[in-house]
Amino acid sequence: MPETIKVGIADLNVCTPPNLITTIGLGSCVGIAIRDKQNKIGGLVHVMLPSSKEVKSNGNPAKFADTGIPELVRRLEKMGAIRSRMVAKIAGGATMFAFNSKSELSGIGDRNVAATKQTLKEMNIPILAEDTGANYGRTVTFDPETGDYEVKAVGKPLKVI
Amino acid sequence: MADKPDLTIEEMSDKYFDVLKEIGNIGAGNATTALSTMLGTRVDMMVPKVRLMEFKEVGTTLGGEEQLVAGIYLVVDGDIHGSIMFIQKKESARAMVQKLMGMPSEGEDFSEMELSALKEIGNVITGAYLNSLATLTNLTIYPSVPYVCIDMAGAILSVPAIEFGAISDKMLLIQTDFADDVELSGYFILVPDEESDAKILHALGF
Repeated sequence: MPETIKVGIADLNVCTPPNLITTIGLGSCVGIAIRDKQNKIGGLVHVMLPSSKEVKSNGNPAKFADTGIPELVRRLEKMGAIRSRMVAKIAGGATMFAFNSKSELSGIGDRNVAATKQTLKEMNIPILAEDTGANYGRTVTFDPETGDYEVKAVGKPLKVI
Repeated sequence: MADKPDLTIEEMSDKYFDVLKEIGNIGAGNATTALSTMLGTRVDMMVPKVRLMEFKEVGTTLGGEEQLVAGIYLVVDGDIHGSIMFIQKKESARAMVQKLMGMPSEGEDFSEMELSALKEIGNVITGAYLNSLATLTNLTIYPSVPYVCIDMAGAILSVPAIEFGAISDKMLLIQTDFADDVELSGYFILVPDEESDAKILHALGF
């Protein structure tokens, strides 16, 4: 019986077929799914903030794009995945409230997406597809078998990227 | 990594927690009065519950991360900086709006008018809370105009979670249940930044 592994906010996990891996309600956060396309080992990390260097409370690597992605890759490698075969798909990074203030928070979604892309680039992991930005929340489910990344949003048709 | 002795939320004294709780109490009391005037009916209020919770738990509190909720968000400026959010289930929001406008709404989505009414409700409720905070601390607090968003609880709660995320893995949630002929339940989430925590404490004589 295939299971669906749940990843919380500022959390990560790995997954092998026939299981699926999901994270619910991505707002400004970004859900990064990485998979070794040959041996089909996959994983998902739900990051909240772009950089662990900007804040003091940085004990949890899965909270940040710059530490969460390397941590996920390390976990995948431990399971036997090979870095050079890894590919990524990303979703999230929305702007939930359209505020115009000078708050650090405005544009956090965009900053999360930018930091995610930067980190993946530095690690030479290509991004095959993305569904980012806009102003709505997303629930994502990743299938390590096919590499399909399913994106659900309220009042919108199901999207597979 | 914890080389600085900064106060994390976990380490905040019980006293500070009590203070925020008391402000929550008074604020919710004021909010109830305001809401009652606005809706033109009697509104009862339960004792607010103040809880410090892990991000993971927050979604489940509101009926799961995929529960549709309405969040009304205001940026706070002045002597303290931060943000305040009033969040309630979509049905609760709809019930309040219908009461306020005195007519049933049509369709699944909120109309422009209803969204505007919802913002006003959020404004009144958060305003009442901020007022009690300002009065108790003698600090000047300016809220921004309200912003509204209706979406999955997980996605909306990620906004204050991200703000708390810079200092902690937990956030402070104040649950307020208003009772009327329908149950109206809502949550406040106040996120003062670190400097503001110190200011609030100082203003209260700690």
